[in-house]
Amino acid sequence: MANKANLYDVSRCTACRGCQVACKDWNQLPAVIEPFTGSYQTHEDTNGDTFTIIKFFESEDPVTGVHWNFIKRSCMHCLDAECVKACPQGAYMKSPSGATIHDPEKCIGCQYCTYACPFEIPKYRKREDKISKCTLCADRVEEGLTPACARTCPSGALTFGDRNELLQQAEARVKYLRKNGFPRATIYGKLELGGLNNIFVLTDTPDKFDLPVNPQPSATIGFWQNWVQPYFGWLIPLALAGSAMSFVTTRLLANKQGEHGHDHPVEGGHE
Amino acid sequence: MSPSFGRGVMTNHIVDMKNTDCALIMGSNVAENHPISMKWLFKAKENRGAKLIHVDPRFTRTSARADLYAPLRSGTDIAFLGGMVKYILDNELYHKDYVVNYTNAAFLIDDKYGFKDGLFTGYDPATRKYDTATWDYKKDDQGMALTDPTLQDPRCVFQLMKKHYSRYDIDTVCSITGTPKDKYLEVLDTFCATGKPDKTGCIIYAMGITQHTVGAQNIRAFSIVQLLLGNMGRPGGGINAMRGENNVQGATDMALLFHIIPGYIDSPMNTTANKDLISFLKAVTPGAAKLPVTNLEELRAAVKEGFPNSGFKINTSKWVVSMLKAWWGEAAKPENNFAYDYLPKRDEKKNYSHIAIFEAMHKGEIDGLFVSGSNPVVGGPNANKEQEAMCNLKWMVSCDLWLNETAEFWTYQAWERPVKNEKVAEKTPADIQTEVFFLPAAAVYEKEGTAAQTGRWVQYRWKGADPVGESKPDLDIIYDLGKAIKKAYAGSKRIEDEPIVNLTWDYESKHGPEPDIMKVALELCGYDTKTKAPVEGFAKLTDDGATACGCWVYCGAMTTLPDGTVQYKPQKRDNKDNSKTGLGLFSNWAWCWPMNRRIVYNRCSVQPDGVTPWPGDAERQLVRWDPLALSDPTKPELLGSWVGDDVPDFLKPTSPDKPAFTSPFIMRADGKGGLFATKTLMKDGPFPEHYEPWESPTAPIINKIALNPAAKVWAPDEQGTSDKYPIIGTTYRVVEHWQTGALTRNLPWLAELMPNMIVEISEELAKEKKIKNGGEVIVSTMRGDIKALACVTKRFKPFNVNGKTVHEIGMLWQYGFKGYATGDPANRLTPHIGDANAMCPEYKAWLCDIRRA
Repeated sequence: MANKANLYDVSRCTACRGCQVACKDWNQLPAVIEPFTGSYQTHEDTNGDTFTIIKFFESEDPVTGVHWNFIKRSCMHCLDAECVKACPQGAYMKSPSGATIHDPEKCIGCQYCTYACPFEIPKYRKREDKISKCTLCADRVEEGLTPACARTCPSGALTFGDRNELLQQAEARVKYLRKNGFPRATIYGKLELGGLNNIFVLTDTPDKFDLPVNPQPSATIGFWQNWVQPYFGWLIPLALAGSAMSFVTTRLLANKQGEHGHDHPVEGGHE
Repeated sequence: MSPSFGRGVMTNHIVDMKNTDCALIMGSNVAENHPISMKWLFKAKENRGAKLIHVDPRFTRTSARADLYAPLRSGTDIAFLGGMVKYILDNELYHKDYVVNYTNAAFLIDDKYGFKDGLFTGYDPATRKYDTATWDYKKDDQGMALTDPTLQDPRCVFQLMKKHYSRYDIDTVCSITGTPKDKYLEVLDTFCATGKPDKTGCIIYAMGITQHTVGAQNIRAFSIVQLLLGNMGRPGGGINAMRGENNVQGATDMALLFHIIPGYIDSPMNTTANKDLISFLKAVTPGAAKLPVTNLEELRAAVKEGFPNSGFKINTSKWVVSMLKAWWGEAAKPENNFAYDYLPKRDEKKNYSHIAIFEAMHKGEIDGLFVSGSNPVVGGPNANKEQEAMCNLKWMVSCDLWLNETAEFWTYQAWERPVKNEKVAEKTPADIQTEVFFLPAAAVYEKEGTAAQTGRWVQYRWKGADPVGESKPDLDIIYDLGKAIKKAYAGSKRIEDEPIVNLTWDYESKHGPEPDIMKVALELCGYDTKTKAPVEGFAKLTDDGATACGCWVYCGAMTTLPDGTVQYKPQKRDNKDNSKTGLGLFSNWAWCWPMNRRIVYNRCSVQPDGVTPWPGDAERQLVRWDPLALSDPTKPELLGSWVGDDVPDFLKPTSPDKPAFTSPFIMRADGKGGLFATKTLMKDGPFPEHYEPWESPTAPIINKIALNPAAKVWAPDEQGTSDKYPIIGTTYRVVEHWQTGALTRNLPWLAELMPNMIVEISEELAKEKKIKNGGEVIVSTMRGDIKALACVTKRFKPFNVNGKTVHEIGMLWQYGFKGYATGDPANRLTPHIGDANAMCPEYKAWLCDIRRA
């Protein structure tokens, strides 16, 4: 199966957040209401109960006036995914259509993937002591359906399809936008980290949307790949100790976060 | 829109937005409240290079996607648009052929008509009402209006309009609206470019336009702009009234308004002019009032002959009698004037709109209230007062999916207020004697039936799931209620009980006690009283009792197919576009009224000769005159008919030799688009004039009158002034919540998206008031106080109004004390005052103050 991707065109997104709800519906994730921080954004970032999120950015330019940028964030499904390489348990794999899938059965909650991910996408779910994240609806795609977010998008901002075809569409869109009021329009996800299965058409430079301009795999992953994995047998007790340490520290950290109402589903939420 | 074009409907439809060259979105936040329309607007942008303009007090998610955003102070739309009219006229940007032929620009006006210091002729300050006698055409001996097609006569509508708007120069307009001059000019340039014959532009509006004391005149101002630019009745043009919720169009079609009966016919009153059927018909049929007819037969003969100044509404008698036959069946006979006396007559002196009902309730004049799909404790204006009024009820029935704020208006929680306020009542459940009943209602996906969306498409919806628990579809609830009432009156011989005893109420299905939707639909769409077969269109309705039809505009939605089966057209699901040039008419998807015309007044899409498209715009021609076509296949001798991709909104046989050939607005007596609204069409002036909102931060600038002189003031002591309340307040919705939030605040995933009652304020005001982003604030008006969270944003900016800095704040009105997302209802702040014509409350512009909590 060819690589399948989501194309997200910010110039067509109205931040209705239908994708955010469709994602929770398909994945049966609970609603978690967080304290108001002065913006329409529901959570600071994606989290264990929120795989898809729309971020809001307000800015003002002395010439062009007020801007309100929106961006949909979820797993990028990198072609060469760091999380796959980093996981000591082999809990990550690539689906036939190119989505990065995480198997909770194998996950030990060590969160190496979280630190390895240049986009900090895999998030720890305290209740289950596991990582969770967007699957690009691999279960739907296997059945010939499109991902829940793309299916629900009313304004045509999200398109799911063959990655190469979408790249062509994206390039045409960027060309059009550059001629029509967005000289800095750009494509994101074509070359970054060797290519992503979430391709963005941006109306401005990536930093305006809180995307890393030149994302890099983290250095610790190099260590893991070059040293730990080749000498796996040698270092296994060390690795286990490390994951135990990480388990304890994250528990402590998560307990603190819990006070802010992080992991408490709203009563009646579909869990 | 009805006074301008003849029908109060969205003229085009949502898909048609893809055909526009420029969309002026004003008083509407389509990206948030009608998200699907953005799909089509993006297509217009990408395929036609269309420009999207957003005019709004606040930068919204619509502004974020618009090409051009211009701010304006709430309640100053007429100033903004009046300036546009002047700009069009001064720079000759109007579509001349269109204006001369399709509007009343050339009509001469009565010499006694005039306008001075903000008042039109005929004003009586004591009653706050106009005598509209002088707002009329100059007529010849035959009663026909005089015209000057050169548009030079100083008494012609065109010249009077030019004079009226001469005061609306750009500097004056910007001093009223607070719009930066460069932005205003950019809007004028961009939108008025659609006056070129090969361009069309559409206007998209919603509650930001209607919820003002000048709401109806705001829409009149749109109408004038669109008629001058030649944008009506053409693809990509029109005035798109985005309905506040799905099926608002259906609700108005069914006459869920006090002043009409189904099909937009004035409802009868307790006056001598309405004393019997013939008097009523003469009163509601245009041009018939002075006819020397005394009974239905004579009227029928006169209608057959035709009389001037009547338009298509000459057929009103057929619609009224067919409706009476539908309601009272066998009991509606020629001998008893088709049971006209059964129809309730409203008190001529009384108003029965939302504000009026609650004012009367507050005075203790109303015993009982049936609230269905409505939540006035959150959604009603001056909600503190309305909640207090409900305590005077003996009983109340609430019908909803959840126990909403209205169903629980008597609880402790319902009377919690953030601060003590002597003007706001304090109550506990012990003080309230109202008996409250609750009927659980089925959700939209748990029932079948039709809903008419904003573009008049009546779409059938099949049931997706069974209702939960004891909840029932609304139709079942009303049907059971009707049966129970009829049972209570059964056998009564009292004459006053006849309307109930004789009411037709036989909708029972074959399978059980529930009503059969198809039986209701058949009655609505009309049937032959002998054969019970559907009537094939309202042209076939009669006033002799041979047809029955509950709502004439829906006539034609049900048909007998050649194989004898009956088809209910709203169930049609053919999603192929039938138009040759890809205009997206989708005529075989569902059905729309009238007679499946997707774009009304479509006669305007072709030049006056009826054949030639507008220069350079052949692809957007909808209809044309074909001298060789047949208008009626059974009459081959009558050659010539109107044909086209859309159903012609015109009498098909109207040939070039008839004067009506160039009269596209068939529902108007004169057939022309109304730049000038004659006589009683409007209560507050033939031309829109800017007046300040009831609560305004400024003295009048363009004239000497502050408030719309014809708006009814209910409670003068509830008016706030700018010395105590210097900040403008406005309310709105967000995409995440639906109306009063009774539905969405009970759904965890939607509550999560917008969990808090927020007030949006500018950074400048936040600094002045030392308010932190995310901090708690108290907002106060003359009517009450609310607590909310501050959302400090760059998207609100202070206005420069006539040299003075004026702040505006905005808030969501969708919160209450029930559900997962709770907060104080913003409507505890809004006033009890409404538009002079439609009585729509002024939710959108009032005065308040804000402080840290």
